[in-house]
Amino acid sequence: MLLAAASAAQGVIQQIVSGLATGGVYASLALALVLIYRSMEALNFAQGEMAMFSTFIAWTLISVVHLNYYLAFAITIAVSMVGGFLLERVVIRPVEKAPPLTVVLVTLGLFFVINGMAGLIWQYVIKAFPGPPGFPQAPVSLGGVSVGIQDLFLIGVTVVLLAILYAFFRYTKLGLAMRSAALYPETSRLLGVRTSWMLALGWGMAAGVGAVSGMLIAPIEFLDPNLMQPILLYAFAAAVLGGIENPAGAVAGGFIVGVLLALIGTYVPGARDLRLAFGLVIIVAVLLVRPGGLFGRVHVARV
Amino acid sequence: MALLELTDVQASYGSVKALHGVSLKVEEGTIVALLGANGAGKTTTLRAISGTVRKTGGNVLFDGQVINQRSPEDVARLGIAHVPEGRGTLAQLTVWENLKMGAYIRRDGAAVRQDFDRVVGYFPWIGKRRDQVAVTLSGGEQQMLAIARALMLRPRMMLLDEPSLGLAPLIVQDIYRIIETINREQRTTILLVEQNARTALHAAHHAYVIEVGHIAVEGNADELASQESIRKSYLGY
Repeated sequence: MLLAAASAAQGVIQQIVSGLATGGVYASLALALVLIYRSMEALNFAQGEMAMFSTFIAWTLISVVHLNYYLAFAITIAVSMVGGFLLERVVIRPVEKAPPLTVVLVTLGLFFVINGMAGLIWQYVIKAFPGPPGFPQAPVSLGGVSVGIQDLFLIGVTVVLLAILYAFFRYTKLGLAMRSAALYPETSRLLGVRTSWMLALGWGMAAGVGAVSGMLIAPIEFLDPNLMQPILLYAFAAAVLGGIENPAGAVAGGFIVGVLLALIGTYVPGARDLRLAFGLVIIVAVLLVRPGGLFGRVHVARV
Repeated sequence: MALLELTDVQASYGSVKALHGVSLKVEEGTIVALLGANGAGKTTTLRAISGTVRKTGGNVLFDGQVINQRSPEDVARLGIAHVPEGRGTLAQLTVWENLKMGAYIRRDGAAVRQDFDRVVGYFPWIGKRRDQVAVTLSGGEQQMLAIARALMLRPRMMLLDEPSLGLAPLIVQDIYRIIETINREQRTTILLVEQNARTALHAAHHAYVIEVGHIAVEGNADELASQESIRKSYLGY
């Protein structure tokens, strides 16, 4: 009896750890969405496809060029940042001042273009994406709970990524200017900030963060051009849950969604295939009580 | 030669014409007040200078160069600090971050640090509350912070949009005292827009009165203030 309870508790903890791991991926992509949303008030529907494209670049570097995994990881982030920056300059720049819905439509267009291009280049055949080498494959035991190394790697990378981004936005002049430009574009321009370039930098950073999320989830989900579509939905849910304008909230939302989905998928009978729906129901319930998200503010418009 | 000169400047918001041809001069080192009723075009005149509204005619000359086509960020880089209507507080940032943003375009780190100290000299409370989020400041403090932030640019010229708006008379006095001190000590040229004509004329050397998009009266500030007919018909006191 006691033994059964203890093993049930271990099972729950295992699910929580694996939920935190995939939650970290949702958190990264949610953060990428928030980075762009804060400056354009538009959701970037292409964020997931950009991450998928980045992941294919990483796959090519690792499996075709035979580069070292970690080197490929770093190169992919750099290439993605440049790509995101250029994408903004070429595709988004012309509609920068258009209403948010126009921008959303353009990102939807990007979604299909990037998806089609990936299919053209890499075909719609699933590919195995390697996990990080140099780690033992067997799970390790932490206080009686067995935890997958892959899960720990995911959580670790997410935490490092978040720390870097936090430090950048909190302690560097450029980070401060990007925050200022996103929140207060008019005043920032009066202070000499080239807000349009800041927007492009924001796209570059979002693309880099998205690339990390793609490379982290690919070993678990297998790689094909539709890899990131469910992930984008989870990330969107996470961002809305945490407060779409609040980066810290989006990250927290990502982890919450990850854990929630893991627990629902395991413990609610028959919920494995319906877990996204279950998760969304819970999120809607939260939003009914707190319309601005768990950590967001409700906007009061002056009329 | 005047530091700033507007000749027949016109501007519109969409199809609505806001300035019908405004001409004015601001001599280097002076305080000039632009007075007038709500909707007369005071704010639009400042926005035409800083490039935040589209000009449809006329010329803006700063230090002898035509700056009609410059973007707001380029006008700032010329050394014109515009404190906009509503103060433009960077509300979610801290007091200190607001000041850092004021110095954003500067590359002379050591001089920037000196200017931090000087600004704290003008506004001692800033030194003690530098990590406070700006949205939690009172209206008067936000106005002071906006002026402090403009000073961090080490501007040749400041454009102040209604520094007295919504503030208690004692706070208004404080703020105008500091504006005059900045003008005297830093030799900063100041163009300010006000509805509060009495206070502004007291501080200013020269003044213009704007009515429905064009200049109606101009003159020495003390002379304008002393003429009852002008006070009654244009300044409302």
